[in-house]
Formats: sequence, C-alpha cells, structure tokens
Amino acid sequence: MTGLRYASWSRQLLIISALIVAPFAIEMLLGRSWLRITDVALLYVMLALGLNIVVGFAGLLDLGYIAFFAVGAYSYALLASPQLAIHAPVLVIIPVGAALAALFGIALGAPTLRLRGDYLAIVTLGFGEIIRVLLNNLNRPINITNGPQGITRIDPLHISQFSFGHSHSLGGITFTPLHQYYLIFLAFVLITILISVRLEHSRIGRAWRAIRDDELAAQAMGIHTRNLKLLAFAMGASFGGVAGCLFASFQGFISPESFQLIDSVMILCMVVLGGIGHIGGVILGALLLTILPETLRYIGPLQQQIFGTVYIDPADLRMLLFGLALVLMMLLRPRGLWPKRQLTGQLTNRGG
Amino acid sequence: MDIFVQQLINGLVLGSIYALVALGYTMVYGILGLINFAHGDVTMIGALVSATLIQLLHAAGLPVPVSLLLAGGGAVIVCASLGFSIERIAYRPLRNAPRLAPLITAIGVSILIQYSAALIWGKQYIALPAIITPPSIEFAGAQINHLQIAIVILAACIMGGLIWFIHHSRMGRAMRATEQNPAVASLMGVDTHAVIAMTFLLGSAIGAIAGLMVILYYGIGHYFMGFMLGLKAFTAAVLGGIGNVGGAVIGGLLLGIIESLAAGYIEQLSGGLFGSNYRDIFAFLVLILVLLLRPQGLLGQRSGDRA
Repeated sequence: MTGLRYASWSRQLLIISALIVAPFAIEMLLGRSWLRITDVALLYVMLALGLNIVVGFAGLLDLGYIAFFAVGAYSYALLASPQLAIHAPVLVIIPVGAALAALFGIALGAPTLRLRGDYLAIVTLGFGEIIRVLLNNLNRPINITNGPQGITRIDPLHISQFSFGHSHSLGGITFTPLHQYYLIFLAFVLITILISVRLEHSRIGRAWRAIRDDELAAQAMGIHTRNLKLLAFAMGASFGGVAGCLFASFQGFISPESFQLIDSVMILCMVVLGGIGHIGGVILGALLLTILPETLRYIGPLQQQIFGTVYIDPADLRMLLFGLALVLMMLLRPRGLWPKRQLTGQLTNRGG
Repeated sequence: MDIFVQQLINGLVLGSIYALVALGYTMVYGILGLINFAHGDVTMIGALVSATLIQLLHAAGLPVPVSLLLAGGGAVIVCASLGFSIERIAYRPLRNAPRLAPLITAIGVSILIQYSAALIWGKQYIALPAIITPPSIEFAGAQINHLQIAIVILAACIMGGLIWFIHHSRMGRAMRATEQNPAVASLMGVDTHAVIAMTFLLGSAIGAIAGLMVILYYGIGHYFMGFMLGLKAFTAAVLGGIGNVGGAVIGGLLLGIIESLAAGYIEQLSGGLFGSNYRDIFAFLVLILVLLLRPQGLLGQRSGDRA
C-alpha cells in the first residue's frame, strides 16, 4: 500500500519539514534558477498525477492532456488580467478553472469513450490540437485570447491582501515569490497525492482498475464503465486545470506556444517512465524528466568548448533522448523505473 | 462557381497524396491492429531525402527526369529500410505485449525520427529550387499543371498495383490470411513475421513516393511535416474504414476534396469570421464525426472490437 496512511507520524513530520526547508537549500547550493526549476517540477508532478488517473488508473490513453492545462491557464489569465479587465479573486478562479477543465474533459470524453484505446489516443490528440488552434485564432472577430501573442500581465496568486508576487518576511527569514510559490505548489501537490492515494484504494479506483484490465469483464460485473471512464477523464482534467491556473499565476504570461502536443507527450513520458499507475513512480518520473533535461543545458556550452561549434542543439537532444527512452522503456522495462508492486497475486508477478 | 473546379482539382491532388500515405496506416492496422504513429514521419524522411537527392543530382547536371527518378528510387530505398527496421527493432518484440505498449513505442519512434531529421537537415524549411516549372493547361476555368496530372496518375497506378498485388499474388494472399487470423495463417504455413515485415516495407515505400510528391508539389519540406500529414492520412484511413485498402483510397480522395473545398469557402460562408487558418481543424472534425457516426468507416465492416 502506498505510504501516507501507514507511515508513522514522526516520519511524515520529518518528510514535510524537509520539503519545507528544501527550497532554501536549493537556492543556497544551486542558485535561483534551480529554485525556479523546482517550482516548475512541482507543477509537472501535479500534471503527471492528473494524467496518471486517466492513463494509469483507468487505462485510457490521452494524448491531448495539455489541453486541460491550457484551459486552466487561460481561465486564470482571462479572469485575472487586464485582457478582459477582470480581476477575480483566486479562490473563485481556481475552482472555476478546475470545473471548466472537467467540463472540457467530459465534453471530450462523452462522445469518444466508446472508442477503443488507440482511436481514443488519436481523438484526444486531435482535441489537443483543436484547443491550441482555437487559442491561436480567437483574437478575432472579438479579441478573447489575444492570439499567438498570448496574455501578459497576469495577476500573481493572491489571497486577499497577501500577494505571492511580493517578498514577505517572517521571523527574520525572507520569503521571495519563488519560495512562496514553492510552498503553495507543494501544498497542492500534497493534496493531489492524497486524493490520488484515496482514489486508488476506493471503490472507484478498483472499478477503474477492472475497466483497465478487462472492460468487458468489468461491465459484466456490473460496473457502469461509461460513467466511470467519464469520471476518470473529468478528474484527470480538473487536476490539469488547477495546475494550469497555478502556472498562469506563476509565469504572469501565457501563450498557445506553451501547450503543444509535445508537452502532452512529455507528461505521458513522465507517467510511463516513472511507473504507469504507481503514484510514487509517477512523481519520480515527473521530477526526473523536469530536472534531467535542465542539466542538458550545459551540453551546448560544453560542445562549444570542445568542438568550437554546437553540433546538437540541447533542446533537440532532449527530444531525441525522450523518444529513445520511450522505445527502450517499452522494450526493456515496460512497467517503468519504479513500478507498482502487484499484491493481487497475479501469475505475472515475479517479485516486481 | 469560379473557385469550385479549381478547389476540386487541388483536392484531388492533395487527396491522392493522403491516400498513398493512408495505405501505409491501413495495411499495418489491418494486420497488427496497431496505429503506426511513425508512418507520417517515414513519409517526411521520404520527402527530405528526395529533396536532398534532387538538389545534388541537379547540381551534378543530370537532366530533370533522370534526377527525379533517381531521387524517388533513393527515397524508396531509404524509407523501406527504415520501415523494415522500425518493425524489426521496435514493434516485433512487443507482439504479445499489452495494447498500450506498442502505441507508446510508436510515439517514441515518431519523436526519434523527427528529431533525427532535425539533426540531419536542421530545423529550417528545406526549399526545393525551382528546377521544374510544369506548364499549365486550362480546364473548365481552372488551371491544372502537368505535375498535378502526374501526381494523380502515378498515385492511381500505385494504388491499382497494390490492390492487384494483394488480391492476385502469393504474398498478397498471405497478407490477407494474416489479416484474417494470424494464428491460423501461421498454422497453414504462412510466415507471419515475413508478411508483417513485407507490410511495413511496402507501406513505407509507398510513403516515400508520397513524400516525393509532397516535396515536388509544395516545394518545401520540414522535419515536422510528417505529423500533420500523418494525422490527415490516418483520418483518411479511418474515414474509408481502417484496415480496408480500397477504403483508404476513397477516404484519402474524399478528405483531400473536403479539405480543399472547406478551406476555399470557409471565409465566404462564415462572413469572414473564420479564415483558412482553420484548415487543419477540418481533418480532426471529419475524424471525430466519422468516429461518432460511422466508426467502421465508409467501407469497413461493423465489428464490436474496433470501435
């Protein structure tokens, strides 16, 4: 069983305090840019956990997951920026973003969920692209999304008078915006983990697993497969929506460029590489795939030093390695780096 | 009416290319039940290889028809070996794996091919020098050039040849047998591994020709061009009834025509609200509509498993 419920209180306290101290350590040892990367990594953990509900728990391959992230981000941006001259409170926007994303999830899922796995993959992929094309083109006749230029000057996260965009001091320690965002993202990640764990071991989670393993058999057992698949879509989407809201507030600027197919694929990679369906594995995958590519940044200057020119653009190298990793993982370790231990006593269990 | 015939002709040319690419999807799907995501990218490789070869051969002073022929041959060889290797290395070991595994592998292979192409050709657009300026003829108020005619005729020959091959050759019969039931086919002495390899080989070779046509028709290519092309071709295959070779042809032509007409008329019909920048959405809309209304496609048979 996955941690949380069984870990002793003292151990939990230790982990949580370590997580709270972590940003200061990261900033001191590695610098501000790495703290920023850590913040982004937390967002990706949320996204990967959200996609894990759809792909890992319910076994529905969604290749357009970034669209829900985009829906959340644009909800926040439109409701908290000069674009439409609305500045709604955060406590309203985040539920709205989550609900809207869930609605989009249902809108996508309702007509397509009777399709078998690989068709679903293509349709979700198409859906992701449609959302992006719409975002790019909804700047006329009425300017809603401001097209490819994106939306700027988005309000930072703020709760009444407390703005996450400014530094605050508490007991002699200065919390910069990056620290504050780290803490709020961490809180959201913990909530996401909690919901994921509880879901996994709930009646719903078991039903999802049944659908994933054999839909026909699940149906025969009296599981309402269509509704449960829709629920998986909606829940996964709402996590994406919340992460999108946080992303927009964190960046202060969004454009359709941030929501491409390749981003959907990357989140899928995180789930698959880490260990599909396993919460710990998915978190590991998300952290690895956000942090490792950042280290590739040093490859560019390194090539410059050794060869005099840059032969391989680090961004391309990153994609090449992603592709290679996907193929190799499926061939060599199809259940991920840190797979779920199978406790159900299946014949295939070889010590996992 | 003025642009109708013109868009119809453009659609026919575009549709012939889609149909050729769709054949690759539909043949693999028919036999393996796998959406070979990498097929669009194999086509892209075909386009870029032939662009490079045409440039080189043209610079070497060969006459245009010879260099086109050699470039096409080169592209076919490169793509066929690529398709064969992909199947051998990435898909064959996963023959009995759960469904999600080969699909994820296919996405990985697709990314690998794209960014390998980005490494080889760079990320900028590859433009073909204007070495051929095909003369145009007037037809019902529309312009058709010889290149367009050549594309449609060549595509028709390839499709006809493939259909003949599948229905009248020994290998074709083995392919049909494997499609119906791989286990029984192999009991009857069909080497199913060889049949599957052949399917990839043929599909990729046809994709290479489609790539050559794209690069000649548009004059530019790009490492990412396979993505859209592949998606549209897949849509065409689904529209016609995936797994059905004749369906892929009809689906391709239909999709090309729908897309051209829609792109030509949308501005007019929506009063300037939507422009042709929505062009790429049509394929997806068609796809979603087909999957909703007739998931087995135009020529497909209803099957509980497929949709």
